[in-house]
Amino acid sequence: MAYPITQPTNNLARTPKTGLVVNNAAQKEKLQHKKAFRAIRFEKIFKGGLPFTGILILALFTAIGLTLVIYAFPSVKALGFSFFWGKVWNPVEHIFGGFPFLIGTLITSFMALIIAVPFALSVAIFLGEYFPKGWLSGFLKGAIDLIAAVPSVIFGFWGFFVLVPVIRNIEFKLGLPANGLGILPAALILAMMIIPYAASLATTMIKMVPADLKEGAYALGATRWEVLKNVIIPKSRSGILSGFLLALGRAIGETMAVTMVIGNANIIPTSIFSTGNTMASVIANEFSEADSPVYFSALIELGLFLFVVTLVINMIGKTIINRTKIS
Amino acid sequence: MNTNSISGRLFKSSLAQWGIISLAAICVLPLFFILYYIIASGIKVIDWSFLTHLPKPVGETGGGIANAITGTLIIVIVASVMAVPFGVLSGFFLYEYKNNRLSRWAGVCVDALHGIPSIVIGIVAYFWLVKPMGGFSGISGSLALAVMMLPVVIRSTEETLNSLPPNLREAAMGLGMPLHKIMSRVLLPCGFGGIISGALLAVARVAGETAPLLFTAFGNPFMNADMSQPMQTLPLLIFNYAMSPYTSWQELAWGAAFILLSLVLLLNLITKIITHKWKIQL
Repeated sequence: MAYPITQPTNNLARTPKTGLVVNNAAQKEKLQHKKAFRAIRFEKIFKGGLPFTGILILALFTAIGLTLVIYAFPSVKALGFSFFWGKVWNPVEHIFGGFPFLIGTLITSFMALIIAVPFALSVAIFLGEYFPKGWLSGFLKGAIDLIAAVPSVIFGFWGFFVLVPVIRNIEFKLGLPANGLGILPAALILAMMIIPYAASLATTMIKMVPADLKEGAYALGATRWEVLKNVIIPKSRSGILSGFLLALGRAIGETMAVTMVIGNANIIPTSIFSTGNTMASVIANEFSEADSPVYFSALIELGLFLFVVTLVINMIGKTIINRTKIS
Repeated sequence: MNTNSISGRLFKSSLAQWGIISLAAICVLPLFFILYYIIASGIKVIDWSFLTHLPKPVGETGGGIANAITGTLIIVIVASVMAVPFGVLSGFFLYEYKNNRLSRWAGVCVDALHGIPSIVIGIVAYFWLVKPMGGFSGISGSLALAVMMLPVVIRSTEETLNSLPPNLREAAMGLGMPLHKIMSRVLLPCGFGGIISGALLAVARVAGETAPLLFTAFGNPFMNADMSQPMQTLPLLIFNYAMSPYTSWQELAWGAAFILLSLVLLLNLITKIITHKWKIQL
């Protein structure tokens, strides 16, 4: 025989529980079957259970939305849709109008976006086109990523102690009431915070522009700036726009940094130096001291509105990205 | 100058290039301003007793942030325990069932969860745990943070698994390995670095979050390791003490900001090193 060395323990098996050596072929086979069936059963449970994680994610998201809708309902019933047009927010007299916060959020986040766009675009062109490799772009990319990592409360803290005094000085020189807090510092801080988000997607999109398009333009005698303006930017426009959209969504939902520098006055801001309040910051300030049910649920209605707005913005942004990635 | 001449066009091109470079350079400045101010003001107050003592009441000098450090550690660790295993499993689900209607919708939901403002998650956690339990608690803060961590962990797991060569999985299947063994013995060990860095990134993201903790963990001036009671965390302490009119409290806030910033930046640095090795995009 070519196989003389068969292991002597070959038809022995150990029962898993007792560890006793079983010397019975039938019993051994039974044990093996048992083991195999157990593995198959576990596999079935695992395969059947895996989709539950997906269902749980769906359930989590639905539950978040439903919670907001249910607890915002008293305010929707009491105030109706005029809530968002009411210009006065006075909890003491039970007047709840969300318009000042709507305006505050819109002004701060759009101002932040307008400030951020040239910078984010420059960073994206720098990283995507001028210096795609090398230590310089590695440094810039690392620094921009670190800005994204700084917690918002630290942005607010820094803004409160460094940026606000600077703006107070400017206001003093302009002869305005020198407060320092207000729309302007909030928008500046927000702009710093959203530059990384806007820039990172734009960089990816600029890098994705096919090289032969650029080379064709160069071959026709275009300068670098002309290639950038006439080929790269138009080609990656939709991706860049969706990056800005996602950054806008972040700015709208940002709470702490804004709360610390905007001055928290429940008024419609009249200028960029005026104090104000955003939807997120009024929730942060007044949620734990809301004493009447309508007051409470009016704040939740603001939260629901934030939820819906950021959801819509994110979905539009993601759809554009997915479409450009496929094409 | 004639802008159509070749020298004019080249001049315009280099002008634009320098403009773009300088604008990009300006973007880095805020980071250095913030780092400079936080380090310069924070390092003065930090010593051993700052890390091991409780905040003193107004009027007394000294004191530390021991309660906030413990609170942050406990809340973040519990949040990770809630979010990471489930997140990795869901990430595996999204990877395994790519062309499935459920997984597509779940993917959409993950993106949507990622975009929810943190304050809204705070409100929801308030209704899920604080109201039924009858008071602010550390565990509700952990829940809020876990919800924020989840999308990051899921997406990074999925991206890491997608970046692995598909023949790994095919070879394991060819050997007749059951799916759970393919996951636990082949794919997860291979993608360990990427998945861990995703989890660390999620931790770094929530460790500095204040808004979801305002109505959940709430803050607590005393040492507390009981998850059913209000807990202090570093971001909450910074927010409350920075806005206070007392300089001694503001100094505590600067010190806490220094600790928090070092913690978050360190986590990001580790993540960056791992992802650089792994060449994945998070």
